[in-house]
Amino acid sequence: MLRLPQLQVARPRTVEEALALLGGEGALPFAGGTDLLPNLKHRLLAPQTLVSLAGVEGLSGVSVDPGGALVIGATTRLHEVAEHPEVRARAPALAMAAGLVASPQIRRMGTLGGNVLLDTRCRYVNQSAFWRKSLGHCLKKDGAVCHVVPGGQKCVAAASNDTAPALLTLGASLTVATAAGTREVPLESLWKPDGVYNRRLAPNELVTAIRVPAQAAGHRGAYLKLRPRESFDFPLLGVAVRVDAAGGVVQSADVVVVALQAVPRRVTGASDELAGKALGTQELEAAIVAVGARAHQQCRPLPNVPGDPDYRREMVPVFVRRALRAAAG
Amino acid sequence: MAARDQHGTNPPWGDTFRVIGRPGRKVDGLAKATGAALYTDDLQLPGMLHARTLRSTVPHARIVRVDTSRARALPGVHAVLTGADLPERYGVIPWTQDETALAVDKVRFIGDEVAAVAAVDEDTALQALDLIEVEYEPLHAFLDPEEARTRAEPRIHEDKRDNVSKHVRLEFGPVDAELAGAELIVEGDYSFQSTTHAAIEPHCAVAAHDPSGTLTLWSSTQITHYVHRTVARVLGLPESRVRVIQPCLGGAFGGKSDPFSLELCVAKLAMMTGRPVKMLWTREEVFYAHRGRHAMQMHYRTGATKDGRIRAVDAKLLIDGGAYSSFGLVTTYYAGQLLTGPYAFPSYRFDSTRVFTNKPPCGPKRGHGSVQPRFAFETQLDEVAHALGLDPIEVRRRNFQGAFVETVNGQRVTSSGFLQCLEAVERASGWAERHGKLPRGRGLGVAGSMYISGTNYPVYPNELPQAGIQLKVDRSGLVLAFTGSNDIGQGSSTLVRNIVAEELGMDPADVRVVAADTDLCPVDLGAYSSRVTFMVGNATIDACRKLRRQLVEAVAAKWEVDAARVALGAGHAHDAEDPSRSLTTREVFQLAEARFETLGATGSYDTPELGGKYRGGTIGASPAYSFTAHVAEVEVDEETGRVTCTQLWVAHDCGRALNPTLVAGQIEGSAYMGAAEATLEHHQIDGRGLHTGPSLLDYPIPTSLDVPELHAIVVESLDPEGPYGAKEAGEGPLHPAIPAIGNAIFDAVGVRLRDLPFTPARVLAALRAQAAGGRG
Repeated sequence: MLRLPQLQVARPRTVEEALALLGGEGALPFAGGTDLLPNLKHRLLAPQTLVSLAGVEGLSGVSVDPGGALVIGATTRLHEVAEHPEVRARAPALAMAAGLVASPQIRRMGTLGGNVLLDTRCRYVNQSAFWRKSLGHCLKKDGAVCHVVPGGQKCVAAASNDTAPALLTLGASLTVATAAGTREVPLESLWKPDGVYNRRLAPNELVTAIRVPAQAAGHRGAYLKLRPRESFDFPLLGVAVRVDAAGGVVQSADVVVVALQAVPRRVTGASDELAGKALGTQELEAAIVAVGARAHQQCRPLPNVPGDPDYRREMVPVFVRRALRAAAG
Repeated sequence: MAARDQHGTNPPWGDTFRVIGRPGRKVDGLAKATGAALYTDDLQLPGMLHARTLRSTVPHARIVRVDTSRARALPGVHAVLTGADLPERYGVIPWTQDETALAVDKVRFIGDEVAAVAAVDEDTALQALDLIEVEYEPLHAFLDPEEARTRAEPRIHEDKRDNVSKHVRLEFGPVDAELAGAELIVEGDYSFQSTTHAAIEPHCAVAAHDPSGTLTLWSSTQITHYVHRTVARVLGLPESRVRVIQPCLGGAFGGKSDPFSLELCVAKLAMMTGRPVKMLWTREEVFYAHRGRHAMQMHYRTGATKDGRIRAVDAKLLIDGGAYSSFGLVTTYYAGQLLTGPYAFPSYRFDSTRVFTNKPPCGPKRGHGSVQPRFAFETQLDEVAHALGLDPIEVRRRNFQGAFVETVNGQRVTSSGFLQCLEAVERASGWAERHGKLPRGRGLGVAGSMYISGTNYPVYPNELPQAGIQLKVDRSGLVLAFTGSNDIGQGSSTLVRNIVAEELGMDPADVRVVAADTDLCPVDLGAYSSRVTFMVGNATIDACRKLRRQLVEAVAAKWEVDAARVALGAGHAHDAEDPSRSLTTREVFQLAEARFETLGATGSYDTPELGGKYRGGTIGASPAYSFTAHVAEVEVDEETGRVTCTQLWVAHDCGRALNPTLVAGQIEGSAYMGAAEATLEHHQIDGRGLHTGPSLLDYPIPTSLDVPELHAIVVESLDPEGPYGAKEAGEGPLHPAIPAIGNAIFDAVGVRLRDLPFTPARVLAALRAQAAGGRG
């Protein structure tokens, strides 16, 4: 069996205790562990201490604030996010995305915060230490070359978190606790295009909640993912859409795609194409096709995650169209 | 063949069956479901050490130097092994012994075993592996089988002339003349990817060497007997000093048929250290052990008359064997020999070449050697039907060879329920009303197949029975059945229990089975080639009939009646003419023991003389063949290329269903496995020689959401030589799934897919070519 490295597990009771522990050398937060533990077994990370968030009060649960924003504790299980009536009503794309992560068992362990902060993935990285040694290692871990882009100097491991594009279409932010207090980080500014580490978060900062603001009247959303099987697999492509259609006419729209490169990518021009079109009309369908074409033009999957990248690119417009139809239908 | 080997399709005393033919639980079903079952990795022996294996990081290289000194010096390390410690060569087929427990002089694929360490725990063993220094001198790596076929140097095995593992060319009947006279010739190239077994239990072995000099090995093997022979020879021990035990096993599917490095290493390490040693492979290591389905590149030419009768089949096969021979000699034959049913054709030629490449070795996977050619040929039959405007089921019916016939390659076919199988799936699927008539994007496809119920080729030449069994009768009313057969989840121990209960009129709960322990059990050759039901079933009946005669005689004497009046059933002996008179099984056993002294019986089975009178003619010669027909229904998403097999109707002729629950389970498991090979699974080695995803995340075995609605239909042809007429059910039902799905795709969207797996990208490309006016 793959072995975990020797490490300590700390069990803080409060956010303050957790922050103090995370400020220590080689400490990592540990919530559901569904991604962290395989990565530890593959020797991709070598922490000395895992700071368990299981006993930290106030990190889990879904609530709605007086302004109508959803506040979802960082360690809320993905299953709960997917099934929660308020999430399904106010942020359908997020509920769909959370419900499509991995498998039922993993969604009952894995957390929303963990999925948002999921490490990038690559067919040359998410392998055992033996396998990577046979390969000759790579930019992301222990090596100096990229096997995805020959000669590449920048790691292009793929953002593979299903909930990330959904949250981006929803204008979500992260509530981040630091030693200096709490700050709100818009998801727009969280990610940076570096597959080695794609989050702008310091090791001693802790995401405590995900905040989804109240959506516009007539909000609709959807998330679809391409994967080999109907369960279990990481996205080979993930497409989240927002269609705000008050009074049956699209006011605003957004399309974000994941599993391309190190950051989720917004397809530009979706609102330009879709705004002003009435639901259920040929004009809207033509606009949906046009958004698909824009997405195809803008999105270029790399051979970083499994699957033929040319095929994944061909599926971009298909999944964009289907997601928009699912939201608008 | 001895008289003991045939027992008729019904018991001679004419009773109706009480146990046989009825559904029922497996002997180990509850233990497995509750977690009480003990697998090899559950063994914990006092003082046990843990071993791990160092593997090659390069695909093909000479080993210049291995330095284990730092590993040996690590506290907690008890022993380190390299190839020099276990140089004796082995391999499951005696003629192609090209493996060593650890690499000697060279490595042949990424993952090849180089060294092993036994330490106080796994973490220490792993640390020690990091301290072993290996210097390699890289050699050209062969990753393309065509290159391996044509390029002799460098040789992967230096004692071979080139990189060809085995070549077989056999011709039966006037192939060229028939092709010249054929009214239709269908010709094409087909390819089948490598796939692996993905048994949920990884390989595990534990060895203990006791002070008296007996080595005991517990191993997750499906062939205890060959492991026994191999361990004794490689370790230089008499076979009588080696005991091999197979604990409860978590699936095998052919992947645990070979003797493996870990068995030899734990045995050697236990002898060196004097302590028990365990090795459990990781999932990744299981992918390197592989022995899975061979990738094949196949060229087929089929000649037919204009009414769809096959006149000639001409096949050329290139088989990618990976780094070692394993069962490859047999694979090379099976790929040709097993195609000659259920259809008759008057001429047949196959030219089958297995090559070595620097990849994990291929071997037997469920439907060994014949699944790939079956895909190609059943696709060709569909192409024949399409070219002639005939119904694909009708074409298969017209070509049916019949029952009790000899095939073109000289194999004896006995019972055959193939036509009933075809009719059953035709009816159940609504074929007549739906084939060719569903809206575009949905379609039905059909395919058939034949498979062996064991073979009379015993792997190593010998005159001994293929299956043996021993019954011990206890005066408590218990029978213990000792069988060398390996229960790998297929239910062989349940089969033995049920036959004993049937024959001796016992409550099945009063029969216990001790299986797959070489000290305790008579030899059975193991769970491969779908031989167990047929052979062990017959051996069990043989033993029971001897015992039954004694029991009946003892009761008849007690009652002072004719033996014919004594009936055994449901835990009692009854007087057929005086229902008031009965005895319990316990009382019967005691009467018999008093009359005959200590009771027991042995039984055996050996195959009759079978096979064509030519070199290799016995390989694939089986005492009985099973037959299967599938109809698959698919939906093709033309925007994504994704194929969903929504329904699969599977009718299988198993002779007689000794336990219908287990037969249905075997049909379902086989068909699911085949369907996944059609659309999902690919054991793929990249251009560096690296497995592209040696994990159950990246190697996509289907989840419950990825399998069709499956309809298992049992057809019973009652074979004259099978136990109560039974034949195999564990491998045959896999074969037609793959061509049936391919043929259904053709029905759905009109594109003919000849390369597996049918990935969305491939389907989409074919649809694009079709739209562009290209060939379908």
